[in-house]
Amino acid sequence: MSERVPELSHAFDVAVIGAGPAGIAAATRAAEAGRSTVLLDASPRPGGQIWRHRTRAELPAPARRRLERLDRSGAVPLLGAAVVDARADRAGGFVLSLERDAEGISLRAGRIILATGARELFLPFPGWTLPNMIGVGGAQALLRSGASFSGKRVVIAGSGPLLLAVAATLRAHGATVAVIAEQASKRALLRFHAGLWRTPGRLARALAYRAALPGTRFVPDAWVVRADGDDAVREVTLTDGRRSWIERCDVLCTGFGLVPNTELAELLGCDVDDGRVRVDPWQRTTVDGVFCAGEPTGIAGATASLVEGEIAGAAAVLDTSGLDRLFAFRRREHEFARRLESTFALRPELREVPEQDTILCRCEDVAFSALEPGWSFRQAMLYTRIGMGPCQGRICGPAYRHLFGRAPRAVRVPASPASVGTLASTLTPQQDPDDGGAAHASRPGPRDGDTAP
Amino acid sequence: MSERSEARRPAPTGAPAGPPGAAPTVAIEVDGEIVRVASDITVAAALLLAGTTAFRRSVDGAPRGPICGMGTCYECRVTIDGLAHRRACLVPVRDGMKISTAAPEP
Repeated sequence: MSERVPELSHAFDVAVIGAGPAGIAAATRAAEAGRSTVLLDASPRPGGQIWRHRTRAELPAPARRRLERLDRSGAVPLLGAAVVDARADRAGGFVLSLERDAEGISLRAGRIILATGARELFLPFPGWTLPNMIGVGGAQALLRSGASFSGKRVVIAGSGPLLLAVAATLRAHGATVAVIAEQASKRALLRFHAGLWRTPGRLARALAYRAALPGTRFVPDAWVVRADGDDAVREVTLTDGRRSWIERCDVLCTGFGLVPNTELAELLGCDVDDGRVRVDPWQRTTVDGVFCAGEPTGIAGATASLVEGEIAGAAAVLDTSGLDRLFAFRRREHEFARRLESTFALRPELREVPEQDTILCRCEDVAFSALEPGWSFRQAMLYTRIGMGPCQGRICGPAYRHLFGRAPRAVRVPASPASVGTLASTLTPQQDPDDGGAAHASRPGPRDGDTAP
Repeated sequence: MSERSEARRPAPTGAPAGPPGAAPTVAIEVDGEIVRVASDITVAAALLLAGTTAFRRSVDGAPRGPICGMGTCYECRVTIDGLAHRRACLVPVRDGMKISTAAPEP
């Protein structure tokens, strides 16, 4: 049932999955080295989250230049394509099953570079499922895809520099940002800002954001405890642990940090420790032929992603020229990421926020009251259906892990919801029922317990 | 030319170079109403511009809208040109597109 795509060869030396900064850098490097390279993304355009755009003119010049270089590199973009399955091919290399516009596509690749980025951590609170409760990254993504927040009153709550960056963007597009509630302590923030002298560019950016938000109250040591409204959010209750107060708003944006997208790495059998894909200095995972760059290896931001992507692209084509410089950049970016992580660590009070009737699993409408304290995630899944809906635990899983300290179970095919037609047309004839799953030898089997966090 | 054969052509990576707002517009149908929107936006953005807050209903019937904007949360699922469960935040609008937020037939 899958139609041939005539302009596209179905076999590549390198398949890069994810077209954000890391994937763009990796695909460019591999293609410039003369290897046939395909760059995949579920979105219709490259750029990932941070470089999401409608027209290139909106992007900062460095991003535009990267995209132009990608255009010239010879890498083949295959966009609007979600990866449904990725597996080692018995004959060597890998087979990818994709779905694009409800049609199945199979690709072969000698090497895979995973650049699947990160998603937002959502922490549940009463009323978080009301429409117009959006993640800060989500708000930015929707804005950059053409949505308008002009004239809207916005409350932002959560943690990290992204709150300020998105607030400034929303304000520049006509929204009123009433308040930013940052859960980090005033002391931690002062220490962090004092340390920014080491990275003057970042200091300048932070100051510029604050200057761009004159009417916005910035409240440290504060977090959201509930949202209320009928068909959409109407007001939000914030607290600093002693006093609570209500803020009226049209939109609530929350941002509690980022979670690496490790699903495809897990599907391929790569070691994932503490939610990060384990890589060596050349961005090689524990599976031969699979590389990983950017946020899935640990949240470290766009610059780190660019550097890691380039290292992965170089390593995948066995071209090590110029890597010393890149290693030094990577070290510096990782050091900053560690400082960010400790400054904006989530406080324990956030675990007390959900109530019994607060929804945990949005896909299946499962409230906290449905969970028994002693259950493993797998038990919770079997008895209540959490994690079994379309998002496959991508939203509730990290929340569950944050709240209960236990990790959700391994990923299964399809990695993204797919039509029966796609699955039927992209299953490889090598999947002989008698071979004991040799084609999937590198994939972890279902686990009965949970992994340690 | 059918929608499907158009979809088979690899999408260009190069977005137009012009500034936002200079983009041409397209006419799309949202729950039976015709709306004119910029041609370079996503269905999710178009729905929000059209005033839609409830993209779908939860298992218990509560209104739901997008939260992640990037294809992860699956809360923005709508039926597009007869195909159900399309993530609106990942689909660019096209002239003549029909979008429905009604629950798809089981």
